[in-house]
Amino acid sequence: MADDPFTTLWVYLAASPLLWLSLTLVCYLIALRIYRLGGESPWLNPVAIAVALLIGLLILTETPYQTYFDGAQFVHFLLGPATVSLAIPLYRQRQRLQRLALPIVAALLASVLTAASSAIGLGALLGASTETLISLAPKSVTAPVAMGISEKLGGLPSLTAVLVVSTGILGAVLGTGLFRLLGIRDDAIKGFALGATSHGIGTARAFQVSPVMGAFAGLAMALSALVTALLLPPMLARFMAAGG
Amino acid sequence: MLEALTLILVCQLFGEVSVLITGLPVPGPVLGMLLLLAWLFLRGGVPESVGRTADALLSHLSLLFVPAGVGVLVHWERMRGQWTAIAAALVLGTLITLAVTALTMTAVMRLTGRGGSNRG
Repeated sequence: MADDPFTTLWVYLAASPLLWLSLTLVCYLIALRIYRLGGESPWLNPVAIAVALLIGLLILTETPYQTYFDGAQFVHFLLGPATVSLAIPLYRQRQRLQRLALPIVAALLASVLTAASSAIGLGALLGASTETLISLAPKSVTAPVAMGISEKLGGLPSLTAVLVVSTGILGAVLGTGLFRLLGIRDDAIKGFALGATSHGIGTARAFQVSPVMGAFAGLAMALSALVTALLLPPMLARFMAAGG
Repeated sequence: MLEALTLILVCQLFGEVSVLITGLPVPGPVLGMLLLLAWLFLRGGVPESVGRTADALLSHLSLLFVPAGVGVLVHWERMRGQWTAIAAALVLGTLITLAVTALTMTAVMRLTGRGGSNRG
């Protein structure tokens, strides 16, 4: 069996980060192709498709997640620098930010408070454990920030990452329909709500609809990451002290 | 490109180190973002190479979430055990947050007479 050239090749590849790094990119490109072929329908979210393809591959090859992550961590690492890079769209939007300061501050506070309290409230109501609740609380902010918050408060950062990605996909999929239902037509408002709720995945979706929507989504993502990082830890600490 | 990437990484590094030293409850990359923003305001503009590097990083932002998303494999058991609570928090929580954010912004824009953001 060990002499089988395929097995030898597999053993070599499985031990190197190159295989899963490449497959992460390949699966993402396939997902993007499917998304475009489907007329960029929000239901064909590229992150969801790429994740499903990779999970299928991992199960088929009986590869543990840790082995996968040894390769994929190079992609994951870039979340940090990408967060720092949000300073650039923020700076570019500074005039709009000034002009719309009041509506933006109001919407921002509303979204940060609603995101955390709706997640904790619904989760607690339906019997989620404390660890799960803490992991749920920061799910509307971009992954590196959410994972940092979750870790600091005693949640499970890797579970938070999964919940963050799910929230991003859900917002990107359901946003357009919900805005139509609510009669909201202003691209600035739609973008801001998407970015504040669904961080980078919502922002990626917003950029595909229009540049104004994308810019406001990027702005909302950066601001809500900042405000959540400042407000949520003391808020949650008080909540936990009160709730036991 | 290399200088821009270095600038971004050094901002993150300063952010992480400051969090470690001061014990601030803010994640390092967020502090790094503030540092970069402060630098841009001091400088009074975005250098072209920094703009290009940031745009490249942000244009494939969804790709960066894929490795974390695959982590659902590890948490499958826990998620199955608390399925209804997690699903409700995710689906309803997302819809409620989207609606509250959009409606609040609409209301305050109307109150302050700052509608029609597409003009600017």
